[in-house]
Amino acid sequence: MDSFLNTKRPPVFCPGCTHERITKAVDTALVKLNLLAEKTVIVSDIGCSGLFDTFFDVHALHGLHGRALTYAAGLKLADPELNVIVTMGDGGLGIGGAHVLAACRKNLDLTLIILNNFNFGMTGGQYSATTPSDAIVGSEFLNQAEIPIDICSIAQSAGATWITRCSGHNPDLADILCEAIQHKGFSIVETLGMCTGRYTKRNALTPKAIDEMVEKLPSYRGVVERNQRPEYGDQYRRLAGEKKRFPELFKVEKMFDFKRDNDSNSSVSIDSEAKRQEIVILGSAGMRIVTAGDMVCYAAISAGLNASMKNDYNITVLRGQSVSELILSKEKIGYAGIESPTIVIALSDEGVQRRKKIFGKLKPSTLLLKDKNIPIPETSATVVEIDFKEYQIKKQDWALASLGFIAGREKGITMEMLEFALKSRFKPALYESAIETVKKLASI
Amino acid sequence: MALSFMEGNEAVARGAIAAGCSFFAGYPITPATTIFASMLTMLPPKGGICIQGEDEIASMGYCIGASMAGKKVLTATSGPGISLYSEQISFAIGSEIPMVIVDVQRLGPSTGSATRGADSDIQFLRWGNSGGVPVVVLAPKDALDCYLLTVHAFNFAEMLRCPVFIASNKEIGMTRESVDLDSVALPTIIDRKEFKEKSGNSSIYLPFEASPDKAPDFLPIGGKTLVRQTSSTHGPDGYITIDPALISENQERLRNKIFSAEEQLTLYEENHRDGADTLLISYGVTSRAAEDACAVMEKKGKPVSTLTLKTLWPLPKKLIREKAAPYRRIVVVEMNLGQYIDNIERILPDKKISFYGQMDGVLITPSKIMEVIENG
Repeated sequence: MDSFLNTKRPPVFCPGCTHERITKAVDTALVKLNLLAEKTVIVSDIGCSGLFDTFFDVHALHGLHGRALTYAAGLKLADPELNVIVTMGDGGLGIGGAHVLAACRKNLDLTLIILNNFNFGMTGGQYSATTPSDAIVGSEFLNQAEIPIDICSIAQSAGATWITRCSGHNPDLADILCEAIQHKGFSIVETLGMCTGRYTKRNALTPKAIDEMVEKLPSYRGVVERNQRPEYGDQYRRLAGEKKRFPELFKVEKMFDFKRDNDSNSSVSIDSEAKRQEIVILGSAGMRIVTAGDMVCYAAISAGLNASMKNDYNITVLRGQSVSELILSKEKIGYAGIESPTIVIALSDEGVQRRKKIFGKLKPSTLLLKDKNIPIPETSATVVEIDFKEYQIKKQDWALASLGFIAGREKGITMEMLEFALKSRFKPALYESAIETVKKLASI
Repeated sequence: MALSFMEGNEAVARGAIAAGCSFFAGYPITPATTIFASMLTMLPPKGGICIQGEDEIASMGYCIGASMAGKKVLTATSGPGISLYSEQISFAIGSEIPMVIVDVQRLGPSTGSATRGADSDIQFLRWGNSGGVPVVVLAPKDALDCYLLTVHAFNFAEMLRCPVFIASNKEIGMTRESVDLDSVALPTIIDRKEFKEKSGNSSIYLPFEASPDKAPDFLPIGGKTLVRQTSSTHGPDGYITIDPALISENQERLRNKIFSAEEQLTLYEENHRDGADTLLISYGVTSRAAEDACAVMEKKGKPVSTLTLKTLWPLPKKLIREKAAPYRRIVVVEMNLGQYIDNIERILPDKKISFYGQMDGVLITPSKIMEVIENG
């Protein structure tokens, strides 16, 4: 192919604008590389650099300001065969800075051409992230209070594997772009150029002055040795390819019939009419409250009951309360909040404090199992005190041991249901020790 | 019957896989994080791609790119994230880029409460795009719905070439419950309609050419035919246009393709009770308490019927009018201070309507709803 330029949509830049030269250089590069149009996409940003996609007969995606690299990444991940070229100005560079950094760190095989012309040309020449402090721009004095960024140095420290800074008037620009496109990984070409419509009207910037700027700034020309590493897409596919096992749905058939409240020797009893068991476990981080809640629910499910579980713990997961609210019911569970607990297990002061309001409302039919040393607010519930330390149960096992207590008395769940839950959820070694723990309080 | 035990968020992920989703990008945020976590365990073994974006805006951008390459894509976030999604949502809506966006709502505004539920974003989802283009929003009430509605959401997104939202809630997404996923019949999976060259006709692909109330046929970026996609106002050819006729044709089509599909998009549950003179309308997790409340009322000899909306947008006008017709009184309950009630009042001008809204980080109880029905 002689040219990828769209003959129906010739470039429309202001006379003397460097963008026009860059457009031609991109075309020359595409021709030199003999790329397939159908496997090439230009993703353009906003501003004058955002016009680029319309000038070429390749796939095109023109998106929002600063976000071009995000679409480019999605396209490249979805179709690794695509040659993805992104055009972005210094405006997009500023607003989409986080995406530039991420692209450098990822090293996905994209080519980013930054068309730096030192200002927001389309909106009236306001200052951008690359405007020199002494430039005269459309933002009055604001640029004088800031300094411009050197994106090439930033890109290097962020891990870019290929960086070149050059004048947009560089006669070798097409070859530079060829190298950038061919580089397997993320490549950045920062072109410095003239915005004749805005910037150069008030600032003496010439191709020669640009050459001098390039000369003065730290030099970047191609491969950044110290950042070389495999391309992101290859890395991703290799790592993801090792994940072979799909987490299949774990299904539990009904295997037990639960006859509730058949323990006539028990000193406490719960409302035998209760169709719905509401169990609240009040503990602290590290007490494996959520695990215990999980076991109760799996136990219930093994008897064909419905179960729901809501947990409440701190965002700092190793500190503070851990509360698990469980509902077990033959009926489908609608409202999943706790209204009238049938069982409360109080294992830590933090947990009790978190739900202190419930204690006054508990009925005599509620079984309240608590550690001997945990103070609780006044309550009408039937209180059973356990000295967990006396039974030599470690704090992290109190919740599990409590399940043994309620299952032993067939409150909410039975021992065979609990054993099933432990067996199906724990690895064999863990199961053995868990069974030992739950049996400690099962028949006291 | 075999039961599984899972969060609504995991059920969303399983629904997405069932629908053929092969790409996820997201950014961690409570209470939506476990959708991302689930997709990260489910997509790689199936050859799919799951990416953590550098922020929410990027996550949406990755999804837009992947969708334009032909993938079925999913993303998930909560209130603060959906705010950041907004500019990209506008792009996806205006440029007809299919995707499913799950908003596991938490108590807003702003940072709000990460671990407290509310139906905070019902209006935000509807009007959160610049341009005011209509959208499709589905509201699950439990884990089973999360599974089923996610499949519907993908179907609607592919069919209409638009983002479809799932308005979940912390109280569904992070509540684990027993569920029998096999108990629902999933709809037939719909794939994006690809453009086919007409035989004997040197038809050129115009990426946005479509009937006045339909989505355009799709071709992926990276395929044999060159495709243009743009966030700018465009004509059928995908180039910027300032032609008022072309602009208005496109604007109207974006509206019409959603509104004309109202009936097809309307999902709901109803529980008609003989002798009831009141219809309780609700959606999301609140509808569970509403159903409990009405079951108790029935036992008390005071039957009240329920209508649970699973499709919130486009507003199911026909359904609501039809279902409300036999009742003297309508009660609407929402887990916010009233984001939907105005619409119901607008389309039922002749009904006596009571409203209760609550936004305090806790679920509305069945007893509160009974109180509203009896005294409200």
